[in-house]
Amino acid sequence: MEVTAQPQMPKVWRAETKPHKFCPGCGHGIVLKALGKAIDELNIQHNTIFGCDIGCSLLTWDFFNLDTIQTHHGRTIPVLVGIKRVRPELVVVSYMGDGGAYAIGAQHLVSSANRNELVTVIVVNNTQYAMTGGQMAPTTLPGQKTETSPYGRDIKLTGKPMLGPELVASIAPEGAYVARGTVSNVMQLKNFIKKGLENQIKGNGFSFIEALSACPTNWRTNAAETWSFIENEMSEYFPIGELRTPDEKKVGEKRKVTSNGAKH
Amino acid sequence: MGQNIKIVLAGEGGQGVQSIAEIISEAAYNSGFQSLYIPNFGVEQRGGVSVAFVQISDQSVDAPKFIIADIVIALSRRAIERVKPYIGEKTLLVYDSSVDDEVEKIYGKLGENRQLSIPALEMAQKEVHPRVFNIIILGVVVGVAELLEKKDVEQALERRLGHKFAQDSSLKNLNYRALELGYQLGQGK
Amino acid sequence: MDIKPIQDEKRAFMTGNEVIVWGALAAGADIMYGYPITPQNEIMHYWTRLVPKYKKDFLQTEDEISAGFTTVGGVLAGKRAFTATAGPGNVLMQEALSMAEMMRLPTVVIVTQRGGPSTGTVIYSQQEVNLTCFGGNGEGLRIVYSTSSHQELFNYTIKAFNTAWKYRFPTFVLSDGYQSKMREPVTIYDPEEKGITIEPTESLLGLPGTPGVERDPAHLRNTYNLEDELYNVVKSSVKEYNSIISKIVEYDTYAVEDAKVLIIAHGVVSRAAKAAISSLREKGIKAGYFRPITLRPFPDEALRSLVDNVDHIVVAESAYGQLENIVKNNLYGFNIPIIGYLRPGMGITPEEITDFVKAELSL
Ligand SMILES: Cc1ncc(C[n+]2csc(CCOP(=O)(O)OP(=O)(O)O)c2C)c(N)n1
Ligand code: SF4
Ligand SMILES: [Mg+2]
Repeated sequence: MEVTAQPQMPKVWRAETKPHKFCPGCGHGIVLKALGKAIDELNIQHNTIFGCDIGCSLLTWDFFNLDTIQTHHGRTIPVLVGIKRVRPELVVVSYMGDGGAYAIGAQHLVSSANRNELVTVIVVNNTQYAMTGGQMAPTTLPGQKTETSPYGRDIKLTGKPMLGPELVASIAPEGAYVARGTVSNVMQLKNFIKKGLENQIKGNGFSFIEALSACPTNWRTNAAETWSFIENEMSEYFPIGELRTPDEKKVGEKRKVTSNGAKH
Repeated sequence: MGQNIKIVLAGEGGQGVQSIAEIISEAAYNSGFQSLYIPNFGVEQRGGVSVAFVQISDQSVDAPKFIIADIVIALSRRAIERVKPYIGEKTLLVYDSSVDDEVEKIYGKLGENRQLSIPALEMAQKEVHPRVFNIIILGVVVGVAELLEKKDVEQALERRLGHKFAQDSSLKNLNYRALELGYQLGQGK
Repeated sequence: MDIKPIQDEKRAFMTGNEVIVWGALAAGADIMYGYPITPQNEIMHYWTRLVPKYKKDFLQTEDEISAGFTTVGGVLAGKRAFTATAGPGNVLMQEALSMAEMMRLPTVVIVTQRGGPSTGTVIYSQQEVNLTCFGGNGEGLRIVYSTSSHQELFNYTIKAFNTAWKYRFPTFVLSDGYQSKMREPVTIYDPEEKGITIEPTESLLGLPGTPGVERDPAHLRNTYNLEDELYNVVKSSVKEYNSIISKIVEYDTYAVEDAKVLIIAHGVVSRAAKAAISSLREKGIKAGYFRPITLRPFPDEALRSLVDNVDHIVVAESAYGQLENIVKNNLYGFNIPIIGYLRPGMGITPEEITDFVKAELSL
């Protein structure tokens, strides 16, 4: 039987593995739709490598008609950096959770941003560790209850929610692209992701997009509460918009990438 | 049946198979049996079929999981297929009458002693309340297994739902009626 | 310890992860450091709920490297510090535990094995035997208790703290995902009411008095300049480890007196192995059972003393030969065939062991 993608599905989605495996109301599907549309529009299905982390992002290991590598928890960026360094013609996308990016994988995020690695990183911020059942993450909001902050996150003891894009924006060299989008504005999120992919293709530098996302399962919220949490609580703490764009570059040359991977 | 029973319960996420398993195993423990309950768990269990393994015995339980069950309760269409590995030559398959056709399709005729179709869903809707479907199933299991005293099961139920019963006494009634209905369905089978 | 977490004996029906928390509380653990990973998550969940009541502490770290090193820090400060992990988390933790091994730090780690290699499954295995016993760039100077039931989870969690602080080697409770998630009966108790004394702790840093003035400073290191320096340190640790083996090793046997077939298993699989003995004996096979409770140090003398009249040894484990290799090493020189029933990441039932033994021995 021939399976064809339904019209509303991005072309790069793999129809055979749909419906996808996320819980009803999960934000991952929306982020992946934005990513799928961006890949379609840029026509890069033939040379894009998709890397997914461990976390609910791992459920995407067969999500796209893209060559895909599921890595270890927090290690997706270095795996893709390794690929990109030797195959610069490929477009590499690191798809990961907030725990993977900001806790266990923070060293890789910081160092690859600092080196302006030509990778596009998409971080799904759902304010906790979803796959393991809803523990506190670096992004958990003050006072938010999770399985390991059962009495609410106490920021005196556990710090304030980590601001990923702000962190990356402050350390990445010129040419980097940094933005924060949200699943409550898919058009904008798609544009951010598209710009982040283009930035890599042009060889400008590190590209980083955080997406505010929903996890109704661990938040234990209904549809209305879910959206309100993203649009009110989360957006208030995590401002939406672009933090760095490559055009702000004033002096110096673009990094050129030669076919043997050496950079000039 | 003997004093050593292996039960598999399987159903969709919301059907409450894990709570049934927890209540049964706890009731068994309260009546002085050795009992062991383990849920299946994995990275994709959401959306997948939820399976619970329960063992009740008058001797110590040897391994957390087992292959062939004495009683298999499958509550959904997908569960009917999922429980196939646990069904042996003497296993009793219990299922809701709404999936009779699926059982026929996958297993053909198992024979009278080996299958029990119960109209639990219909009964829940018509005679009690859809939300106590799992309690009817609990009653059925207790009835079929013929091992546990109803009062121990009520006690375990009370421990789990007591705080809710305290808020709303009609809830207690509902649950006890559902338990009794299920018990009648399962008893002597 | 102001409030006793457990008074008198209490029978309970709970999950293994809960049992571990009660064990740690009973042992007087002060702080847990940890990073989420299935199947140990609920240890953190229960612990964090009880922390305010019993005046304990908890820190969720950024990963297991940090969880391991913060545990090392807690121990250096003289506290009963512990952590829990599994699979890929256990891999990351080896860096810190190798430091603990070098410096003889009494860290306590609960390992709830899951399927590997890599992220594997979140469910169950016995594949972390090599890693837990011998992980790190060292000699495996560690103490590893492999539990098989909730009662043992409770008993050996308490014992792990005591053994660690008494002998100053990193100590592990090696459990698995099944034991974590299953519910079965357990009796919890206050160890002191049972005559079990809780080993005192000792600060290795931050001691009273001004260093260099009133006392010598504590200069703790893990790096040595010369080969001989390191050699002497490791040699003296090995010597001390060897000298305490007889006080630490534990094992269990069943029906070994006249056994011709000896089945060896550890952890939860040993339950199935023990059960298989009766059914094999019913069929006329003289089977017996040996179970190492400590995998490190291994009860080698006990095993060797059992095998004189044994014709066949069968090792059953949910791994591909990790226990089997340990058994082979310890039976070097004995000419007894050793057959493995090796099922990496899979549970094992008594029936499977019985069938395997019958088929292999063509009985
Ligand atoms: C080394 C290691 N430690 C811990 C884990 C367990 N683990 C799996 S997913 C996960 C959390 C994922 O959270 P996040 O990255 O925020 O993704 P989400 O599930 O929320 O999308 C953890 C801690 C692991 N797989 N490997
Ligand atoms: S647990 Fe949360 S993040 Fe994971 S699939 Fe479900 S809703 Fe999505
Ligand atoms: Mg997350």
